Amino acid sequence: MAEFSTLRDAVAECVHDGDSVALEGFTHLIPFAAGHEIIRQRKRNLRLIRLTPDLIYDQMIGMGCADKLVFSWGGNPGVGSLHRFRDAVEHSWPLPLELEEHSHAGMANRFVAGASALPFAVLHGYNGTDLACQTNIASVVCPFTGQSLVAVPALNPDVAIIHAQQADRHSNIMLWGISGVQKEAVLACARSIVTVEEVVDRFEPHWNSVVIPSWAIDFVALVPSGTHPSYALGYSVRDNAFYRAWDGISRDRDTFLAWMELHVLQTDGWAGYWESLEPGGKL
Amino acid sequence: MVDGDEMAVVVAARQLRDGMRCFVGIGLPSVAANLARATHAPNCVLIYEAGTIGAKPTKLPLSIGDSELAETADSVVSIPEIFNYWLQPGRIDVGFLGAAQIDRFGNLNSTVIGSYQSPKVRLPGAGGAPEIAASCGQVIVVMRQSVRSFVPRVDFISSVGYLDGGDSRQRLGCRGAGPTCVVTDLGVLRPVPGTNELMLEETYQGISLDEVCQATGWPLRVAEDLKVADPPTPREAAVLRLLGFK
Repeated sequence: MAEFSTLRDAVAECVHDGDSVALEGFTHLIPFAAGHEIIRQRKRNLRLIRLTPDLIYDQMIGMGCADKLVFSWGGNPGVGSLHRFRDAVEHSWPLPLELEEHSHAGMANRFVAGASALPFAVLHGYNGTDLACQTNIASVVCPFTGQSLVAVPALNPDVAIIHAQQADRHSNIMLWGISGVQKEAVLACARSIVTVEEVVDRFEPHWNSVVIPSWAIDFVALVPSGTHPSYALGYSVRDNAFYRAWDGISRDRDTFLAWMELHVLQTDGWAGYWESLEPGGKL
Repeated sequence: MVDGDEMAVVVAARQLRDGMRCFVGIGLPSVAANLARATHAPNCVLIYEAGTIGAKPTKLPLSIGDSELAETADSVVSIPEIFNYWLQPGRIDVGFLGAAQIDRFGNLNSTVIGSYQSPKVRLPGAGGAPEIAASCGQVIVVMRQSVRSFVPRVDFISSVGYLDGGDSRQRLGCRGAGPTCVVTDLGVLRPVPGTNELMLEETYQGISLDEVCQATGWPLRVAEDLKVADPPTPREAAVLRLLGFK
């Protein structure tokens, strides 16, 4: 059974220095509040895993939480570069960042293998790319047809953290809309935290919903709007203005550090972050 | 004088036929696909890699995961499903891609400028593109043309086009035909049958051949019957404004 907890206690309990950690969410339902809490607790030497490291990983990398990134697309969607990610790769600031790079299809299948307790997954992929020479894939032959396929190693992070719209009283969780690889990430990892918008008595059926039963999760923490500037369908809208503004905030090291100090390090949890923003949650 | 970006999306949109199933990336490709759906190809199925199948946005999304894409989709599926069940088996007709660099054989780079180990510029990475480039029935590339982006050989092959030309793509065993059309702000290039080297086939009003050659990092082959693409129709221009383009 998952335990209801504060986010602070859940992160302190689950995330240790040196852990491999997947904060998943494909544009939608990105667990920003949990990422901030990891920064506040000054976790170090994390191996960050995620298909689309966006602003939250940019913040964690820039604050020196990570020494390795396992990923497939590291940009600010629709805006441009992740400047802290680039600074780490191009100039080792604040620390060198080791990369393990895949395609989305490869990463998705790595999580599927991890969730299935298989050592690897197979796919048609990476054909003719230079990525094939830079990453940890292998060629395997189908024992039935003789066909050549690409094998990608399973991902089994120490910790998965996701955000969902709802938990019920029994700490089952439900999310809907764009569902990414969150279910696979939770089932592939050793420990998991789910932050939620709301706790309800019982779930109403939603089109296209994903339910993960309580016994497959470790901690559930109530953190309304805990995805900002990402969003939770039915609860909030994506703060596209924030994504655009981040380009300017993150471009310069000092501006970035000042922003993180004011909005994350000096704030007391997510409620404090929210209050530190101008009214309406905007910058 | 025509607007190059506007011409690129209009010409790219015209490549789509009604009912085609399109895997759409954000930026100019997304504008082109939405323009097609709002004009001559109302039954085009727009698929964004976040898992939204049959999205029908009324405004151009900023990201591939904007809520309107999920709210208007016929189906929303997980990331493993979109790649394994929908893209990999060849169910998608057209993949729309952009990149930071393209070479004379249509290979695409969205990973690094310079060497991989110590890059001059670290770009976002391949994302969904390698398998889109391999598995879609055909690929339409939409990007701005300059000597920096149109290079003899890409610094890194993130997504394969025709590799070294000739039949080298075929020998890789990719399911799809590869980049059949490259639409830029200066013109349209298509692979020459046999060698698969990109050749300029169309330019736009007010764009000189010299200008296109100057913006290409290799000696550009030019079609004998070089055409000039029709400028945007009033309807195309009006729809682009409605979608919120520029």
